[in-house]
Amino acid sequence: MATVDIRNVRKSYGPVEAIKGIDVAVQDGEFLVLLGPSGCGKSTLLRMVAGLEGITGGEIAIGGRVVNGLDPKDRDIAMVFQNYALYPHMSVFDNMAYGLKIRGIPKPEIQSRVAKAAEILELGRFLDRRPSQLSGGQRQRVAMGRAIVREPSAFLFDEPLSNLDAKLRTQMRVEIKRLQDRLGITSLYVTHDQVEAMTLADRILVMNHGVAEQIGTPLEVYQRPASLFVAGFIGSPPMNVLDGRIDPAGAAIAMPGGAVLPLAAPRAADAGRAVKLGIRPEHLALTAADAPGASSIQVELVEALGADTVVYGRLPDGESLVVRMAGLPACREGDRLTVAPQPGALHLFDADGGRRLAEA
Amino acid sequence: MTASHTTGGRRLIDLVPHIVLIVGVLIFAFPIYVTLIGSTWDSATIGRGNLPLIPGGEAFNNYSQAWSESHGARASYTPVRVMVLNSLVMALAIALGKIAISILSAYAVAFFRFPFRMAFFWMIFITLMLPVEVRIIPTYKVVADLGLIDSYAGLTIPLIASATATLLFRQFFLTIPDELVEAARIDGAGAVRFFLDVVLPLSKTNIAALFVILFIYGWNQYLWPLLITNSADMETIVIGITKMIGTGEAANDWNLIMATTVLAMLPPVAVVVFMQRWFVKGLVDSEK
Repeated sequence: MATVDIRNVRKSYGPVEAIKGIDVAVQDGEFLVLLGPSGCGKSTLLRMVAGLEGITGGEIAIGGRVVNGLDPKDRDIAMVFQNYALYPHMSVFDNMAYGLKIRGIPKPEIQSRVAKAAEILELGRFLDRRPSQLSGGQRQRVAMGRAIVREPSAFLFDEPLSNLDAKLRTQMRVEIKRLQDRLGITSLYVTHDQVEAMTLADRILVMNHGVAEQIGTPLEVYQRPASLFVAGFIGSPPMNVLDGRIDPAGAAIAMPGGAVLPLAAPRAADAGRAVKLGIRPEHLALTAADAPGASSIQVELVEALGADTVVYGRLPDGESLVVRMAGLPACREGDRLTVAPQPGALHLFDADGGRRLAEA
Repeated sequence: MTASHTTGGRRLIDLVPHIVLIVGVLIFAFPIYVTLIGSTWDSATIGRGNLPLIPGGEAFNNYSQAWSESHGARASYTPVRVMVLNSLVMALAIALGKIAISILSAYAVAFFRFPFRMAFFWMIFITLMLPVEVRIIPTYKVVADLGLIDSYAGLTIPLIASATATLLFRQFFLTIPDELVEAARIDGAGAVRFFLDVVLPLSKTNIAALFVILFIYGWNQYLWPLLITNSADMETIVIGITKMIGTGEAANDWNLIMATTVLAMLPPVAVVVFMQRWFVKGLVDSEK
């Protein structure tokens, strides 16, 4: 067990800078999820921690020891790959035991460690099988078993669930969470799936274009997204983003469509400023036409998901607005609805840079 | 179109390839059959020019004479047991040597990043375009200067380098996923461990296939052994057979020639038959 410190880490491929200075200190036993769209550099960052990619600038320390110049095998980490990367010609047992064998660990201890891991992962019956004789979920468990038996300082997961079908993914997600709670090993986990990130992470590092957009707990990231990018990436359906302007008094936001949304706390300092206004679909509610901040929308599409209903509508000025309501649909295509944001549910972002405005 | 017409048409379509194949097999098999029959008759019967198509009674004599005696009825030869041994040593050394050299060079080219990697790769590739005959004189000079004439080393070493096998292994290695290499690095396997523990076992089927091809290639070598062997003790069986067939001055011991030919076919056939089981095994449990 150990901390993982990433200090101003950079990665360039020739003139292209893939990672532009990331700083994060992963606590002992913490589960950090690196979340972002493909090509954002999250996998590269993980591979730099693993030692599979060189570090162009900055420092990575595992357990307080700078590992920049160390081979992967000397970093005391274990990695789980997306396509499992099991040795196809070895049995499940040999796959798990291989790293231990190379390290010269005595046979009886290998036996007991593999047996223990197999028990945790319910792989006991499969130890003699080849990977090709296992299902995807079982293979993924073998890959995790290979990581567990090493008893490393840190686990690195590179999109481990992407190759599984939806049901298995949910199941394995729970298993990974349980496993990490039980073993308490510092973990870095790369994914592009926000549900995995929200459910597994102690903290999420949201990345975009090689930059850390936000580092925070899942709820922080959801409740106080640091930028428009994070706001749009976390949450499904994504947050509504509208143009607005803070009125001269700093007490409300004037929308181009004519609606005026009162602010929970007045922002005199930002009076007259153009902003991007974010409202989560689930924070919009049906309301009376004369309620403060009410806007009318024309319903274009209704998605009934059972537990809740997603309504895609259009504001009078043509902007689209998504509303998520609990329960079964109470409207149809073509209906007019009046909705207003719940108090305190507005997110304000700088109209230029997309950064979140400081709280008033 | 009626149903029966369609089935009739299909049956015909099924039949035609079979007929073609059977005719093809007969055309290829007939000379071998004649050889087999010829090796069971005495020299005089064959010499009269009307070889019967049923087996004769001289099989044992012919084969034992060809196998161990150095004199036929009309000329003297190297016994087959000597030539088969020479051919076997040569074919095995060439096949195993080629596999060993090419798998190692392919491993280097496929898995390592070093300066001029692609230059080396292209150098290997370009040698594919040079036929043996082009470099045979300089090669002969080198081997002669090294004093390797009439030795197994001289017979085999110049033929061991193989661009084809290197390319085949390289292509196969490129299909091994990067993640597997990385997993092994994290597990702590160095280059040698990874080669022995992962690459070599995964290449089993490819090695088996190449072994068959290269063994037959080695077994059938003609030009090089002809140059490099002078003494009868070092003669390979392919050379032996051509030497047995005279220039027309003297009558040939056709019975012995045919027995020798049949014996010469056996090792390659055995290799194919034996290795075929490995092919099938490799095809059935596809592990990748």
